[in-house]
Amino acid sequence: MKLVSLHRKIERNSGLLIFGILVVSSIGGLVQVLPIVLGDAHGAPAAGLAVYSPLELEGRDLYIRESCSTCHTQQVRPLLAEVKRYGPYSRAGEFAYDRPFLWGSKRTGPDLARIGGKYNDDWQRMHLLDPRSVVPASIMPAYPWLASRDADQGRTIQARMRALQQLGHPYSDQDIAAAPAALEGRTELEALVAYLQSLGRSMAGEPQP
Amino acid sequence: MGTASYQDRIVTAFTACAMFWAVLGMLAGVYVAAELVWPTINFGQPALSFGRVRTLHTTLVLFGFGVSALIGTAFYSVQRTSHVRLFAPGLAWFVFYAWQLAIVLGGCSILAGWNSGKEYAELEWPFDLAIAVAWVAFAIVFFGTIARRRMESIYISNWFYGALIIVVAMLHIVNSLAMPATLGKSYSLFAGAQDAVVQWWYGHNAVGFLLTGGFLGMLYYFLPKHAEQPIWSYRLSIVSFWAFVYTYIWAGPHHLHYHAIPEWVQSLGMVMSLILLAPSWATMVNGIMTVSAASQKLRTDPALKFIVLSLAFYGLATFEGPMLAIKSVNVFSHFTEWTIGHVHSGALGWNALITFGTFYFLVPRLAGVPLYSARLANVHFWLALAGVMLYVLAMWGAGVSQGVLWLSLDELGEVRFSFNDVMAAMKPYYLLRFVAGLVFLVGAMLMAVNLARTFAGRRTIEVAPPGSRVGAGGRT
Ligand code: HEC
Ligand code: HEM
Ligand code: HEM
Repeated sequence: MKLVSLHRKIERNSGLLIFGILVVSSIGGLVQVLPIVLGDAHGAPAAGLAVYSPLELEGRDLYIRESCSTCHTQQVRPLLAEVKRYGPYSRAGEFAYDRPFLWGSKRTGPDLARIGGKYNDDWQRMHLLDPRSVVPASIMPAYPWLASRDADQGRTIQARMRALQQLGHPYSDQDIAAAPAALEGRTELEALVAYLQSLGRSMAGEPQP
Repeated sequence: MGTASYQDRIVTAFTACAMFWAVLGMLAGVYVAAELVWPTINFGQPALSFGRVRTLHTTLVLFGFGVSALIGTAFYSVQRTSHVRLFAPGLAWFVFYAWQLAIVLGGCSILAGWNSGKEYAELEWPFDLAIAVAWVAFAIVFFGTIARRRMESIYISNWFYGALIIVVAMLHIVNSLAMPATLGKSYSLFAGAQDAVVQWWYGHNAVGFLLTGGFLGMLYYFLPKHAEQPIWSYRLSIVSFWAFVYTYIWAGPHHLHYHAIPEWVQSLGMVMSLILLAPSWATMVNGIMTVSAASQKLRTDPALKFIVLSLAFYGLATFEGPMLAIKSVNVFSHFTEWTIGHVHSGALGWNALITFGTFYFLVPRLAGVPLYSARLANVHFWLALAGVMLYVLAMWGAGVSQGVLWLSLDELGEVRFSFNDVMAAMKPYYLLRFVAGLVFLVGAMLMAVNLARTFAGRRTIEVAPPGSRVGAGGRT
């Protein structure tokens, strides 16, 4: 058996085994993942996509801190029922400033990709503080602590914006210098609501299919 | 411990920690299951709210329980299949302490709200670095031991453990690339759709090489050992191993069907997922044929029963997976409880059960005494079977309902059911899953007691590497 005798060589040489596994397991990633990561087609921002303001960025980082994405997706699939329910389907260009992406993998709650503007700020605040006050059967957790905590308690907004600037987000040095003032006196609740209201706005002008 | 014997104390240490993380991680799972039924039981505590505890659950069961079990059994079997002691035992203990410390502190950091936002890789960059260092040390100990082996061939189980080590290192390093902003916050080097493709290349293959490949290493050593039979077909092992290593990597995009990524990538991911059925089932056939030669033992030995049942669930999960990867099925299953059912038929039915069977076999050998109570182990077997069946059935029911109701349109082409109506209909399923989880958890707790009692009655034993005798681990 040629196969078996070839394999005898590999399984008697640990260096060869390691090398073999490395090569064979890399092929898929090199052909499938690398072109997308290096190409521009899926990384370029959509026309009209704005970078997150300091308050929205703070809200987004709170969304990550509370792991809202374990229950909420941000991805409308191009299916009729889904577009009817949530709005225009998602395009790659909308997510160019999302680090990390927050598409999620489970809809315990509804999709939030088009939530911006669906409710007013008051509703959003009430809902976050006690979801059952507006949706009696809701199984979403309440987030009462958001109201009593100041946004950016750790005073890290500038460090965070600078990190994103280095990754290529179009923040100017002036934007970064002005950021702490923009968060002054705001609560975590306001920041999170600002983020939610920003979701889907770059598609506001898109016609409903 | 004498200098000539195998290093088994470190195996005991990893086994004990794996058991601890299993109980704690599943407790977190039961708690989040309860929160979906009674949403107010976090009592307004940030650290107890669903998002954080769910993240803790996946981190503890995957990296606390799963990885501790894998490193422990790798250290046990690599010595016995190589007929030498561990290479660099000091480094091996470093792996142990570094890993457990990373899980303890990492778990606390998640409850405190540190989170990178990437699924199954939520730990922030300082932990990513620590994990990478510990993993490289693991690789050095493992491959160092193999390089010094006194056997000519490297046994099959070590190919799988080896693939686990190499591929997970590659996935972890690439997917964790990030720009730190503060000690507890970093931003992914990749953005948006590109980040999604990298993340699921990581996420799917963490499942592939950790939850599948790593545990297949466990299977290939402990099943033949336990059944006292050589592996049924050596040639099938070779083919299925390399097909597995090659194919798995391509399948990640089945997590992104109909998302904003290129169409060709989705289709390729779907085709490769279907092909994956072949090597997955080839391994299952190999395992079942091996154990069928020892069917006598199956009736009396609770440990072997666990392993055989785990093979059945492995077969189920690796059949269901390719079906879910078909785009027209995924349209319904995606984002629903069906995925959760699939996850736990694999995680409970395959990963947890094979580990339980292995530990029931391993701990009496480490302790040098018979199992404290075989009856208790039998009770555990039935609790585990009932728990996992109930869990999976509840989630199938819930998932198929969600999938169909969400997409259903009325005569006018409008959505027929509001989101909140469908949410309310999930309540009985969530309650059933909570009960199922509780049953499964109680079984695992019985096991922890049983193993602790067994170990408490231990006699000092030292097993030395045989001079030149062949025979560890079935055929070598
Ligand atoms: C346990 C899962 C869960 C978690 C965690 C969760 N949610 Fe929800 N969310 C739901 C459910 C279920 C609903 C639907 C019922 C309702 O409106 O309360 C919902 C509804 C919403 C809505 C209204 C959507 C609409 O279209 O009506 C918003 C906005 C929202 N959640 C935001 C958040 C944010 C922000 C977080 C994190 C701080 C979060 N959710 C965490 C489950 C969750
Ligand atoms: C041939 C083997 C398998 C294939 C092709 C496969 C395929 C899939 C598919 C299509 C999904 C759903 C993705 C989605 O719609 O979001 C999925 C999810 C998942 N599978 Fe499998 N599966 C396989 C085996 C397994 C096994 C053995 C496990 C072990 C536990 C497992 C663990 C998971 C997990 C954890 C997820 C959830 C990921 C997430 O969305 O967070 N799979 N798998
Ligand atoms: C007592 C046993 C367990 C219970 C009750 C339980 C419960 C849960 C719950 C409630 C969720 C969240 C589901 C959702 O968001 O809708 C979850 C997710 C998950 N659990 Fe478990 N779990 C248990 C054991 C395990 C084990 C042993 C493993 C792994 C070895 C595991 C792996 C996972 C994974 C990977 C997810 C994420 C799934 C996804 O995102 O698609 N669980 N579990």
